[in-house]
Amino acid sequence: MFVWFHKLASPPFFYRFAEKLAPWLGWLSLLVILAGLYGGLWLSPPDYQQGDGFRIIYVHVPSAWISMFAYMLMATAAAIGLIWRIKLAHAVSAAAAPLGASFTFLALVTGSLWGKPMWGTYWVWDARLTSELILLFLYLGYIALNHAFEDRRTGDRASAILAIVGAVNVPIIHFSVNWWNTLHQGPTVFFGPKAEMPPSMYIPLFIMMFGFMLFFAAFMLKRLQVEVLQRERNTVWVRELVEQS
Amino acid sequence: MRLTALIERDLRLAYRRRGELATPVIFFVIVTALFPLALNPDPALLRTLAPGVIWVAALLAVLIGQDSLFKTDYEDGSLELMLLSPITLEWIVILRVFTHWLVTGLPLVILSLLMALLLDYPTHALGTLVMSLFLGTPILSCLGAVGASLTVGLRRGFMLLPILVLPLTVPVLIFGAAAAGRAAVGDPVAAPLYFLGAMLILAITLAPFAIAAGLRISLES
Amino acid sequence: MIDSMEQSDVLSVDNLSVWRGERCLCRNLSFRVSTGEALQVQGQNGAGKTTLIRVLTGLGRADEGDVRWRGESLRRNSEQYRASLSYLGHSNGVKLGLSPRENLAIASALLANPIANKVDVILDKVGLSTHADLPCGMLSMGQRRRTALARLLLADVRLWFLDEPLASLDIAGVTLLTDMLKAHLTSGGIVVFATHQSMDLAPFPVKSIMLGTSA
Repeated sequence: MFVWFHKLASPPFFYRFAEKLAPWLGWLSLLVILAGLYGGLWLSPPDYQQGDGFRIIYVHVPSAWISMFAYMLMATAAAIGLIWRIKLAHAVSAAAAPLGASFTFLALVTGSLWGKPMWGTYWVWDARLTSELILLFLYLGYIALNHAFEDRRTGDRASAILAIVGAVNVPIIHFSVNWWNTLHQGPTVFFGPKAEMPPSMYIPLFIMMFGFMLFFAAFMLKRLQVEVLQRERNTVWVRELVEQS
Repeated sequence: MRLTALIERDLRLAYRRRGELATPVIFFVIVTALFPLALNPDPALLRTLAPGVIWVAALLAVLIGQDSLFKTDYEDGSLELMLLSPITLEWIVILRVFTHWLVTGLPLVILSLLMALLLDYPTHALGTLVMSLFLGTPILSCLGAVGASLTVGLRRGFMLLPILVLPLTVPVLIFGAAAAGRAAVGDPVAAPLYFLGAMLILAITLAPFAIAAGLRISLES
Repeated sequence: MIDSMEQSDVLSVDNLSVWRGERCLCRNLSFRVSTGEALQVQGQNGAGKTTLIRVLTGLGRADEGDVRWRGESLRRNSEQYRASLSYLGHSNGVKLGLSPRENLAIASALLANPIANKVDVILDKVGLSTHADLPCGMLSMGQRRRTALARLLLADVRLWFLDEPLASLDIAGVTLLTDMLKAHLTSGGIVVFATHQSMDLAPFPVKSIMLGTSA
């Protein structure tokens, strides 16, 4: 098993692996998301306070969760790439960044859309949304730094440091934003998985989370394939691959 | 003894370039002065805004100052000599950040008293304002130095630096401005100041490793 | 510790491969340099001479292969190695806002075992005694280069890595450098230098590497 993991770090082996696995994950994620949406939009009852508006949590909460997860994945892969000098780890970081940023953006947009019917404004400086916004900035900084270097490897390693520093900071940022929010008594009505929820609500929520994870995995594999091709474009195996198709 | 020689060299160089190092300080004053011009100069309004305005201006001024941290040394080749020295790079780096803060950050702390005057910030709270900046500006210098170490080799690195560093400085801004704001209305300030102190210790212990790693990576090509 | 004339004072390079972006600068490069030997790295502009020298100092990174000094690999990033070398790069490493004397004081502070109280002697040897206290910004390019050369004499290190050492030097400067190199080799030192001009270091053998010829 360990040997297989080791082989996975080799770009050509990984490329073939991803080529086979990605479609399965992709279709499965579509099925799961559809199931979750059915459960969330049809089966579960409207919230007694918020009516049907709350249903956006079925997209908002999984997006927010994935955005956090993707950042941690990015930082961990960056650390692995730096310490053990595995090129594929840096590719994972580089692939996760735009994807994570997109999910962060989605979380912000869905949060904003939720705000309009609730409080009449498209933006509230609630702790969660503010943290997501800062997370988006962290992602953008990483992407900007990664692309600023002529030599891709230097860019990978520099942005790896940034990702690790960011990851250490993220808990501190969350804590400080929460504290700031309690200071000014901002609205904190976005309920997350921790709030009291009947099974008819949280089961579709978990299904959606699972579906989003699968989607993320499928998309990551595809993106990684592209990253690997770009990084290895001067090697023999890539040339052979291009000639075959 | 050698470490004091390094400090001495940085201070001597700073003195020779004192015109250049005045930039962050002047920037701080100008930015603070912009707010009353952009808003209502009504003293009551300024008083409520003062902690936030002074803190944001200080934050931006410290960032402006980061460009001079490693850039000249990178361009004339002295940075390479620091990396090749048998002295542990992390030590050289933390001393450099310290002397840089003495020359660019500490003046801001002192000048904040003047800025407080301009914005009608209550005098009884000045001690807390100064304390918050005194604890906070070194943290900002450390974070700025991390960004500077990663961007020193880039041609437009100076423009990228704020984008990388500003999100990381949000906790410092929150606690610092909160301390200054609460002091102005008489609320207890122990909590935010303690958090600043804790972050300062964390920054001083961890930042040198990130900065040194960043410098090594930047100088690879 | 730096003993004199240690038999194991060998810089050995094994199967070194260095890429810069898309280009391969060297592949499977191997060589050895020992006490009293000089190695000249030759090649056209852009062939990778500077990059190779920087990899040997530890500033740059090799993609494959290993560099060893006294049997210990460079990947360990040891303080020992950095204490055994002096580097003169393209840029002088000289602060223009400081005088030659002040620059040497700084360089001294960064060394492991600087020779005490030798700054005046060194400045005299490189011909900068009269200008020792002027800011380097007011000196000519050649004089700044001499300040950088003076740095090499601050401590007794085994390895000298020089990248285009002759740049900006006049004829007297070239003679000065040649004398310095010969003195260093006589005392058991090693010199690795990159230049396309040939240098006469007789009676010391000068090995040569040409970059950019193999695929």
